[in-house]
Amino acid sequence: MSRLDQISAAVLEEARMSMPRLERQPFERRAMKSGILTGLTWMVAILGSIPLFSVIYMLAIKGGARLDLEALTALPPAGFETGGGFGNAIVGTLVMVGIGGITSIPIGILAAVYLAVLGPYSKLAGISRFVAKTLTGFPSILAGVFTYAILVINFGYSALAGGVSLAVLMLPTIVLAAEEAMKQVPQRMTDAAFGIGCTRTQVIWKVVLPTGLPGILTGVMLAVAGAAGESAPLLFTALFSNYYLSGLTEPTASLSILIYNFSAMPFENQIQLAWAASLVLVLIVLVFNILARLFGRPKV
Amino acid sequence: MRSPTRSLIQATFQGRHESMASNLIKSNTAAESVSGPPSSGDYLADSVFRAIALTCAALIVLLIAYILWEIGGKAVPAMREDGLGFITGTTWNPNRDQFGVLPEIWGTLYSSLLALIIGGLFGVSIAIFLTQDFLGSRVTAVFRTIVELLAAIPSVVYGLWGIYVLIPLLRPVADWLHAHLGFIPLFGTELSGPGLAPAALVLAIMILPTVAAISVDAFRRIPYKVKEAAFGMGTTRWEAILKVMLPTASSGLLAALVLGFGRALGETMALAMLIGNSNQISLSLFAPADTLASLLASNFPEAGPVEVRALMYAAMVLLVITFLVNVVGLGIQQYTMRKFEGKK
Repeated sequence: MSRLDQISAAVLEEARMSMPRLERQPFERRAMKSGILTGLTWMVAILGSIPLFSVIYMLAIKGGARLDLEALTALPPAGFETGGGFGNAIVGTLVMVGIGGITSIPIGILAAVYLAVLGPYSKLAGISRFVAKTLTGFPSILAGVFTYAILVINFGYSALAGGVSLAVLMLPTIVLAAEEAMKQVPQRMTDAAFGIGCTRTQVIWKVVLPTGLPGILTGVMLAVAGAAGESAPLLFTALFSNYYLSGLTEPTASLSILIYNFSAMPFENQIQLAWAASLVLVLIVLVFNILARLFGRPKV
Repeated sequence: MRSPTRSLIQATFQGRHESMASNLIKSNTAAESVSGPPSSGDYLADSVFRAIALTCAALIVLLIAYILWEIGGKAVPAMREDGLGFITGTTWNPNRDQFGVLPEIWGTLYSSLLALIIGGLFGVSIAIFLTQDFLGSRVTAVFRTIVELLAAIPSVVYGLWGIYVLIPLLRPVADWLHAHLGFIPLFGTELSGPGLAPAALVLAIMILPTVAAISVDAFRRIPYKVKEAAFGMGTTRWEAILKVMLPTASSGLLAALVLGFGRALGETMALAMLIGNSNQISLSLFAPADTLASLLASNFPEAGPVEVRALMYAAMVLLVITFLVNVVGLGIQQYTMRKFEGKK
């Protein structure tokens, strides 16, 4: 081997040593760290889903065991009674959510029309949008306190008061979702409508609302689902009743308050009914959630 | 600015069109004009409808003003009577007209903070898991559904689950911690049943979806090229996440945490069922405590007029705390959105 070859071999060797190794080594520290963190994230995600599965399992086992026609139609049992059900609470929940929906849906959609189409950059729109956003993070019990202050103090506990407190909670969700849905309507569609001489009302009724309808319905369904599961505002607006609804100005039973009351009772029968009522409540909420998804699915 | 011009144009059109239409009708009665400019009835309907929509938008603002007015107005007598002593007082005794909410304020902040630590950690990790290409799109959809379902389950159902599943599960752990590490104030008391730990855990589960959803949004907002640049420099996946994605998303994540905290502060039913409603201040995780919201929930139905005034004051305190936290959270969120919209 010539001297020159020796030198060039040494240089090559040195170059090889100083070259970074560009391939990822499986047991390199960086790769190990990455692998461990990935494992941890998987663990966190799985741990985070355990409560859901546990809740669903308990609802199916404990609630499913007691769910029969009697539970769905009978009146709540007193202390040591066996049997009984929560028919009046199902009716009460549906009626109060209905009252909440009838009042909040039209107002919410009309307000959203203003926010999205009529005056999106006006000062009023800015303030209402901000207020609606703050109201979504508003503690639900304060809706109850408010309704107590305006209705219950003067007229007593009633289904109407319960419905009003739910409406206060539904309104911001509906406004924000409906505004978002209407903003998705392509500008060229509204422009085209204006171009053929429509008034703004005609544009809204014939173009914006029908086109944005799926999104609006999604928002409405989510608001209804949320309201159906809500209990804090009903606690001292609708109170509770052991009988079927006889009028809108009477205290009214609801599923969530029944669960709350029965969960603290020392009787096995009531606790079983609380689980069965939870199952029914979760099913009602889920139905509205699924409806929301079906409406929200983009048309192919 | 636009409307007067347009109505002028439309008015001109209207005039011409009408004369044309009448000519048409004269010459050929069989031909009916289907299209036409808006009639004066249409214009009337337009202005009425717009007025209604405007009223509805204004109603939302009026609603919050009315809420503040009503709760505040009903709280004024108690404010005048108890003043700041209400916030620093530690007893709640309606029989003697003694009202103080310091233990409730403490319990609200402490339970929410604990929930935020757990729920925030889980929420942000799940957001990373969902957005940083760990999973195929189908598995991502499954986990997203799980998080959405967690949010859909009503608060009372979590309360019921907490009483009959979580507390029995926690009890042996709590007993062990108290027996062996009882000298640490955190484990200073036994878990007798309801207490701060189960309440904070359920609260963490309840705020997890909020934190996860807003964090996912924050990660989605980062332009894809940022991540490509990091990978292009040869980072591992986690180096990219920890050194590039997390700092870039930090303000959005902060908004997620603050809004999650706001949600935890106002949560009522699960806490009223799990926290034990005991008027005391303790560092211990296993001691019963109380929160402002559960104080309202448990005392309102049977309160007399004097206590109602004090409860209105407590509601006002809760309202002010949650309002401030939410405004800060929304402010950070707005700032984040502007930041990324500017960069695009």
